[in-house]
Amino acid sequence: MYTPTMLLAILPEILLLTLGVILLVVEPFWKAENRRNAGWLTFGGLLAALLISLLFARPADPQTVFGGMLRYDWYGFFFKMMFLFAAAATSLFMMDHEKLGRRGESYLLLLATTLGMCLMASSADLVMLYLAIETTSIPLYVLSGFMLDDKASTEAGFKYLLYGAVTSAILLYGFSLLFGFTGTTNLDTLGNALAAGPNMSGLVFGVILLLLVGLGFKISAVPFHFWAPDVYQGAPTPVAGFLSTASKAAGFAVLLRLFFAAFPGFASWPSILAVVATLTMTIGNLLALPQTNLKRLLAYSSIAHAGYALIGVVAFSELGRASVVFYLLAYIATNLLAFGAVMAFSRITGSDDIKDFSGLSRRSPWLGLAMLAAFLSLAGMPPFGGFVAKVIVFAAAVDKGLYVLAIIGILNSIIAVYYYLNVLKFVYLYRMDGENEEAHPIPLTRPYAIALVVLAVGVVLLGTLFGPWFDWSNLAALNLF
Amino acid sequence: MNFPVLSVIVFTPLVAAVLILLIPADRKNEVRTTALVASVFALALSVWVYAQYAINAYTGYQFIEKMTWLSVGNLHIDYHVGVDGMSAPLVLLTGIVMFTGVLISWGKDDPHGPTGIQDRPREFFAFLFLLAGGVFGVFVSLDLFLLFFFYEIAVFPMYLLIAIWGWVKTREYAAMKLTLYLFIGSVVALIGALAMYWTAGQATGTYTFDMLKISEAQQAGAFNGLVNFFGAQVPFQVVWFLPVFLGFAVLGGIWPFHNWSPDGHVAAPTAVSMFHAGVLMKLGAFAALRVGIMLLPDGAKYWAWLIMLFATVAVVYGAYIAFVQTDMKYMIGFSSVSHMGLVMFGLSTLNRDGLTGAGLQMFSHGVMTALFFAVTGMIYDRAHTRQIPELGGMIKPLPWAAVGFIIGGLVSMGMPFFSGFVAEFPIFMGVWQVMPIAAIIASISIVITAAYIMNNIRRVFFGEVPANLEGHISPITALDKVAIATLCLLMVALGLFPWLMAPMIQSGVNSILTLLGGA
Amino acid sequence: MNFIYEHLLLVILFFPTLAALVMLFLPAGENKLLRWFAFGASLVPFILSVWLWTQFDPNAVGYQFEAQYPWYQALNSSLHLGMDGLSLTMVMLTTLLTPIALLASFSINDRVKGYMMLFLFLETGMLGVFMAVDLLIFFVFWEVGLVPMYFLINQWGSPKGEREVRSIFGKFTMSARNYASLKFMIYTMGGSLGLLLAVQMLGVLFGNYDLQYITANWSNYSKDLMGISVSTVKTVAFWAFVIAFAVKVPLWPFHTWLPDAHTEAPTAGSMILAGVLLKLGAYGFLRLVLPLYPAEAKYFAGALAFLATAAIVFGAFASFGQTDFKRLVAYSSVNHMGFVVLGIAAAASAVGTQDATIALNGAVLQMFNHGLSAAGMFFLVGVIYERTHTRNLDDFGGLFPLVPVYGGILIFTSMASLGLPGLNGFISEFLVVRGSLPLLPVYTAISMLGLLMTGAYILKGIKQVLHGPLNEHWAHGEHKLTEINTREILVMAPLMVLILVIGLWPAWILDVINKAMMMLF
Repeated sequence: MYTPTMLLAILPEILLLTLGVILLVVEPFWKAENRRNAGWLTFGGLLAALLISLLFARPADPQTVFGGMLRYDWYGFFFKMMFLFAAAATSLFMMDHEKLGRRGESYLLLLATTLGMCLMASSADLVMLYLAIETTSIPLYVLSGFMLDDKASTEAGFKYLLYGAVTSAILLYGFSLLFGFTGTTNLDTLGNALAAGPNMSGLVFGVILLLLVGLGFKISAVPFHFWAPDVYQGAPTPVAGFLSTASKAAGFAVLLRLFFAAFPGFASWPSILAVVATLTMTIGNLLALPQTNLKRLLAYSSIAHAGYALIGVVAFSELGRASVVFYLLAYIATNLLAFGAVMAFSRITGSDDIKDFSGLSRRSPWLGLAMLAAFLSLAGMPPFGGFVAKVIVFAAAVDKGLYVLAIIGILNSIIAVYYYLNVLKFVYLYRMDGENEEAHPIPLTRPYAIALVVLAVGVVLLGTLFGPWFDWSNLAALNLF
Repeated sequence: MNFPVLSVIVFTPLVAAVLILLIPADRKNEVRTTALVASVFALALSVWVYAQYAINAYTGYQFIEKMTWLSVGNLHIDYHVGVDGMSAPLVLLTGIVMFTGVLISWGKDDPHGPTGIQDRPREFFAFLFLLAGGVFGVFVSLDLFLLFFFYEIAVFPMYLLIAIWGWVKTREYAAMKLTLYLFIGSVVALIGALAMYWTAGQATGTYTFDMLKISEAQQAGAFNGLVNFFGAQVPFQVVWFLPVFLGFAVLGGIWPFHNWSPDGHVAAPTAVSMFHAGVLMKLGAFAALRVGIMLLPDGAKYWAWLIMLFATVAVVYGAYIAFVQTDMKYMIGFSSVSHMGLVMFGLSTLNRDGLTGAGLQMFSHGVMTALFFAVTGMIYDRAHTRQIPELGGMIKPLPWAAVGFIIGGLVSMGMPFFSGFVAEFPIFMGVWQVMPIAAIIASISIVITAAYIMNNIRRVFFGEVPANLEGHISPITALDKVAIATLCLLMVALGLFPWLMAPMIQSGVNSILTLLGGA
Repeated sequence: MNFIYEHLLLVILFFPTLAALVMLFLPAGENKLLRWFAFGASLVPFILSVWLWTQFDPNAVGYQFEAQYPWYQALNSSLHLGMDGLSLTMVMLTTLLTPIALLASFSINDRVKGYMMLFLFLETGMLGVFMAVDLLIFFVFWEVGLVPMYFLINQWGSPKGEREVRSIFGKFTMSARNYASLKFMIYTMGGSLGLLLAVQMLGVLFGNYDLQYITANWSNYSKDLMGISVSTVKTVAFWAFVIAFAVKVPLWPFHTWLPDAHTEAPTAGSMILAGVLLKLGAYGFLRLVLPLYPAEAKYFAGALAFLATAAIVFGAFASFGQTDFKRLVAYSSVNHMGFVVLGIAAAASAVGTQDATIALNGAVLQMFNHGLSAAGMFFLVGVIYERTHTRNLDDFGGLFPLVPVYGGILIFTSMASLGLPGLNGFISEFLVVRGSLPLLPVYTAISMLGLLMTGAYILKGIKQVLHGPLNEHWAHGEHKLTEINTREILVMAPLMVLILVIGLWPAWILDVINKAMMMLF
C-alpha cells in the first residue's frame, strides 16, 4: 500500500539515514587529521536535509501513514525541523571538541539520536513511540559517556543510562496498562476507547502518573530531574547542549501529543502538571541560585524552563499548545547559544566556573555579546525570543484563568533574572586577575563563529519578527491529533 | 504614506547602537561622534514632532503608524505607534536627555582623573542607545504588547550600564536591586495587561493588544463585569487597577516602592542617572497613566485615594529624607522621589488641573533632574567626592555648573518663572478639588525642598574651595556647557511661557477626561 | 512711543530684567562699565514711572494703564497689570530707591556683574507685585523676589560672624550671612505657604485668578466649601494671608528674621529690604486682605492691632537695647512698620468712616516715608561701616567734629525717622495715630509709648556715634575717619529732598493716596 506520501512523511528520517551511511562510508578514508571534516559533512548534510524537507516534504492535511504508526502532520514536521536545526548547530559545536571532533562515530551517534527524535515527534502509536524513544536514548547514553578517560563523563553516561533505563521501563509499563485497558496502541483510537469504556478514572490516574515518570525524565521535570545537572556537567558540552534542548523538546513533543490525544477528557492531568510545573520552575530556579559552575547553572535553568513550558501545557488550550511549541523553539535557539558560548570559552580556558568568565567581554567582545543575548533571552528580556515566548505562555495561562500559576511563573522568572544577570556581571563587569585581558583573547574557530552568529541572529529574529514562527507553531498546535 | 517619523525616532538609537558596536573599540572619538550625530538626529525629529503636533485637533493620537505584527488565532499584536498631548512632550524630553547625555559622557582624559566615560565608550553608548530606543518606544506605543516590549528593553540595559560604569562602591547591589524591582513591577503589570486583553476580547469578539481598541471595549463596558477574587465577587477594574498601576509606578518611584531609585541614581554613571531620573521614571508614571488610568478608569476612580495617600507620603517623606542626606546624589535621588510623588499626586486627582500638572511636572522634572545629575557628575569627576561637607566654592572653578545647578534648584523649589512652578501649581490646584487636606500636607515639602536645595547650593558652590581640592578642579568642556545651557534654557522658557507646553498637555488630558467620564 | 505708552507697565516691569540679560554679555571685569550700565538701566523705569505719575488720573475709578497678556491659559491666569493710586505710590518708591541703591553699591568690587544683575532682577520682582491684578501673578512675583535677595545677602553680605544653630539635626555653626539668608528664605517661604494654598483654593473655587473678579465674588461668598462652613474656611484663609504678609512686614512675633537679614545684608540690600521689600507685606494687607476679607478683617482688627502694637513697642525697646548700629536701625523698621499695620487694623475695624480713611492715608504715606528714611539710615550705617569696619556703637563716639557733613546728614535722616515735625515721618505717624485713636484707643495709647521709645533709641544712636567723648582711634593715622564723599551725598540727596518736601508739602502725594483709599474702601 505504498503511496508517495509515505516517503514524504519520513523524508527527514530518510535523509538522516542517508547522511549517516555516507558518513560511515567516507570517514574511514580520511586521514586522522582531516577527520574533523566529518563535522562539516554532518553540518552540511543536516542543513541540506533541513532545506530539502522544507522545500518538498511540507505536510498538508494531517494523515496517518505506515498503518497508523506515524502521523504526517505539521506538528511532527515542525518539531523535526527544530531537531535538524539543533543537530546542525551541535555538529558545529562538536567539531572543535577535543574528544568528539575527530571521531566520526560521534557524529553518527548524533544523527542516530536525531533520527529517533524525529520519529518521536511523529509517532502515532505507543509501540512506535517507545521504539523511537529508545532510538533516541541509547545514542545519547553513549554520547554522554563518550570521553572514556574522563571520570565525570563516564559517570554521566552511566547515570543517564541508569535513570533512562528505569524510567523507560516505567513508561513502558504505563503503555502496557493503557493497552490493557483499551486494547489498542493507536493514539487516535486510544482517547475514544478510554472515554467510551467504563469509568476507570482512578486507574487512568495511575497510568498518567507512570507516563509522567517516563516523560518527566525526558524533559527533566521535578522530581525526575536529579540526573540533569550531573549529566550536563559531566557529558561533553556539545552533548549537554543537545540534551538540554533537542532531547527536551522531543520529550515535550511526545508529552503534548500523548496527553492531548489519549486523555482529553481527564481533567486530572492538567492539575498534576500544574503541580509539576510549579515544582519544576521553583526548584530549578532556587537550585540554580547558588551554582558556581556555569554548566550546572544552565542545567538547573533548563529544568526551570521545562517548568515554564509546562504552564502552556497546563493551560490546555489551542493557544497553550502553540505557546509551548513556540517556547521550545525559542528555548532551543537560546540555550544552544548559551551552551555554544560556554563551549567556545571553556575550549580555550579549560574551565567553566562562573568566576573564570571575569573579563570575558574585554577578552572577546563578540563572545560577550553572544552571552548577553543568550542570557537575556533566557531571562525573558526583549528583543530576544525568550521574551515573546514567556509572554505568550503567560497569556495562555491568563486566558484560562490560571492566575496563580502565572504569578508563580513570574516570581520564578524574577529569581531567574537574578542569577542570569549575575553571570553577565562576571562577563561584563569583573576584570581578570591582573586586568590584562588584551593578552588573553579568546579566538573563535570558524564552526563556532558560524554557529554563534546564526543562533544569535535567530534569537533576535524570534524576538522581533516572531510572526511567521508563531504562525508555524500555531499550525503545529492545530493539527496535533 | 507619510514619513514614519515616530518609527524613525524609535529606531534611530537602536540602529545607532548596532553601528557603534561595529566601530573598533579603540576609535573612541568615532564612537562618540556617531552617538552625537544619532542623538542630534533623534532630537531634531522629536522637536519636529512636537512642533507639528496639532493641538486644536482633539483627535487623540497623531503621527499614527500601524502594521500587523502577529495575527494568529486569537492573538493579535500590532506595531502601532502614535503620540498624543501627553506623550509628545515626553518624546521631546527623551530627545533632549539623550542629546545632553551624550554631550556629558564625552568628557576628556584629564590628568586629574578622566571625566565623562573613558572606559569602553563603545559598549557604553551602545547600551545607552538601546535604552533610549526602548524609552522612545514606550512613549509612542499604542499597543500593549509593544509597550511591554519596549519597556523591558528600557529596563535591562540599566543593569549593565550601572553595573559596569557605575560607582564602584554600590554599583552591583544597586544595579541588581533596580533591575529586580523594575522587573517585578513590569511583570505584575503584564499579568494585568493580559487579563485586560482576554476580557476585552471575550466581550467584543476581537482579540487585540491595540490599546485604542481595548479602550473602546472598555468604554463599551467590557470591563464592567465582576471577577472572582479569592471567593469574593469584585469588579474587574477594581481588582486589576492596582497591580497594573503600581506595577508601572514602581518605575515612577512611587512610595513605598521607591527604594531602588535613590540607590540606582547614586550608583549610576552620570548620563545614566540623567536617563534614569530624567526619563525612565517618567516612563513608569506615563505607563501607569496610559495603561492603568486610561484603560481602567473606574478602577482608577476607586483607588485614587490610595494613590493620593502614597503620593502625599512620597512628597513629604522624600523631601525630608533628601534634607538629611550628605551625599549630593542621594539628595537628588530622594528629591526625585519627592518630585515624582508630585506627578503621582497629580495623576491621582483624575481632574484636568491635576493631570495637566502631572504632565508638565514629568517634563519639568525630567529636565531639571537631568541637569542636577549632569552637574553632580561634573563635580564628582573632578573632586572625587559627592559628600556635601567635603565640597565648597565650586562656583569659582565651575561657574557654568554652579549657575546650572542654581537654576535647577530654583525649579526644584517650585520658584515662579521656572518650570517647576508651572508644573506644581496646577497639581496642587487639582488636589484642592478633591482632597484639600492632602494639598496642605504636601505643601510642607516646598519649604523642606527650599531648605535642602539652598543648603546644598551654599555648601557646595559657595564658600572656600577645600584645600585638598584647590587646583584639582579642571574646567568643564564646551560640550558640557552646551548641555547645561540647553537644559537651563528649557526650564526658564517653560517657566516664563507655560503656553509653550500646557495647551498640548491639556489636549492629551481632554481625552483622558473623556475616558474618566466627562469633566 | 505709542507702543511704550500702550505697554507702559510692561516696559517698566521688564526693563530691568532686559537690562540684566544684556549685562550677561558685558565683560565681567569691567566694573565701571557694569556699574554705570546698571545704574543707567535702573533710571529708565524711574523716568518712566515719573511720566506715569504725570499721566495718572487720581480721580478715575479702578485700575489705569491696564494691560493683559497671555501667560497660563490652562489655569485662566494672565499677566494682568494695572495701576491705582496705591500701587502708583509703591511703584514710584521702588523705581526711585533702586537707582539710589545701585548708586550706593558702587563700592562693591566683588563680582559686580552678578550683583548688579541680581539687583535688577529684584526690581522686576518687586514691581511685579505692585502691578499685578491677577492673584497668581501676584504670588509669582511675591516669591520670585526672594531669590535675588537671598543671594545678595548670602554672597555679598558681611563676611564676618558665625552663628551657632541648634536644629533637629543637632548643633552646628554656620557663617552669619548664611544663617541670615537661609532664615530669610525659610521664613518668607514658610509664611507664604499658607498664601499659596489659599490662592490655590480661590483659584479652584472661581476657576480663574482675576483679582477684580475674585474680590467681587469672594467677600460675599456664602456657600459651604468642602463640607466646612464658609466662615471657618474664610477665617483660615484670612489668617493664611495675614501670616504671609505679617512675616514680610514684619509683625511681632514673626519678625526675628529681619534683624539678622538686615544686619548681614550688603548696604544696598538693606536699603531695598527695608525700603521696598517690607512694603510688600503692607501692600498685601491693603491690596488683598482688606478687600477679600472685610468681615474677617473687621472681626480680627483687634488681634491685628495687638500684633502691630507689640511690634511698635517691642521693636522700639529692642532697638534701644542694641549695641550694633545696623541692628538698631533694623529694629527701628519693626517699630515703624508697626504703625503701618496699626493704621490698617484701625481702618479694618471701621471701613468707610472718615477716621478709617485718615488711618489708611497715614499707613500708606508711612510706607512711603519709611521707605525713604530707612533706606537713608541703612545707607548711612553702611557709609560709616565701610570706613571703620565696625558697627558697634561703643566703638564710635564724638565723631561729629571729624565728619560734620556726614553728621549733619545722619541727624537729619534720624530726625525724619524719629518723626520730627516738618519732616515726612511726622505727617504719616500723625495721620495714623489721628485715625486710629478714635477707633482703637487702647492700642493707640500703648503704641504712643513705643513712639516715646523711638525718640529714645534714635537719640541714643546719634549720641553714641556723633557726640560724647571722641574715640581717638578714628582721629589719626591710618584709621582716620574720612568725610562722606560726593557719590554718597548724591545717594542721600534725593532722599533728603523728598523727606523735606513731603514734610513741608505732603499734599501732592497725599492727594493721590487719599483718592485711592477713598475708592478702594
